[in-house]
Amino acid sequence: MAHHHDPKRTLLIYFAVFGALLIGTLLTVLAAKVDLGMMNDVVALGIAATKAMLVILFFMHVRDSTRMVALTAMGGFLWLAILIGITLLNYVTLETVLQVPGK
Amino acid sequence: MIDTHGSGAPAAHDDHHHPRLQHHFDSLEQQKESSTLGMWLFLVTEIMFFGGLFTVYVIYRYAYPKVFAASSHHLDVLWGGINTAVLICSSLTMALSIYAAQINKRKLIVVFLIATILLGATFLGIKTVEYMDKIKHHLVPGFGLHFAPDDPHLQGANGQHAQLFFSLYFIMTGLHALHMIIGIGVLSVLAVLAWKGRYDSSYYNPLECTGLYWHFVDIVWIFLFPLLYLLGAHAR
Repeated sequence: MAHHHDPKRTLLIYFAVFGALLIGTLLTVLAAKVDLGMMNDVVALGIAATKAMLVILFFMHVRDSTRMVALTAMGGFLWLAILIGITLLNYVTLETVLQVPGK
Repeated sequence: MIDTHGSGAPAAHDDHHHPRLQHHFDSLEQQKESSTLGMWLFLVTEIMFFGGLFTVYVIYRYAYPKVFAASSHHLDVLWGGINTAVLICSSLTMALSIYAAQINKRKLIVVFLIATILLGATFLGIKTVEYMDKIKHHLVPGFGLHFAPDDPHLQGANGQHAQLFFSLYFIMTGLHALHMIIGIGVLSVLAVLAWKGRYDSSYYNPLECTGLYWHFVDIVWIFLFPLLYLLGAHAR
């Protein structure tokens, strides 16, 4: 926005984020090869969410944007979490709540 | 009352005559903030659009974890990984093209936009190779195509559930690829306009908004790659 940082610092941040994203990709491939049970998903999604956060904050300039923009972005992901979270909650608990006969 | 608006504070209208400033905005900065917010609102609808598909994936993955893992084995982690790196590179070049505008290097804007377009095309080329491979191995469900994997894990009763996985794979990566094609189209127009000298540090809103779109498409892939390609890689 209006307050541009020092150009050299901007470049440094871009390349640091770029390096972190590549390392994150390598990590997620390596982590997937190890059997961690349920934790495989947690690790994979954790790395993906971290990478997404780096892209949003630095490449998409949300860190330098107005609060309104940051709030809008957060709102989008919050609603996505509600969509997936509550739908999954229903499927995970359906059988125990309904006490399906014959099971 | 004294009229405080009539002759208006002229100091705030320094860039009033900037050719790219629309008359309904007070300043270039206000115009940029508005377009950025508008683009983000569009991206929120995109989050929900892809989000619906991710929800379907999560539900069926929860219902048929073993068949989904077995189906995932048929996706090429190396191609998928290379494509992830290609997209990350394209996000960097996209960010650098905006940086070039901020420091008034007009030719550099064009160079980085073309680099972004080429990396996007590389991604689509690799995706085509992958799709061809799936067609060759009869892993494409629906449309009267013969879904017949030679993997016993995906046959019989599991065949139906494997078709679900591959349906989701083609719909999600296909929609992602469609977004890339649209992005490449928009970037091509921007490259021409940038070459004509349309953008500099005072005005580069179209670059900023297209960048937001391009990075968003990158983020979608950041989640698609582990969910589709790496699922059950440890059981290989």
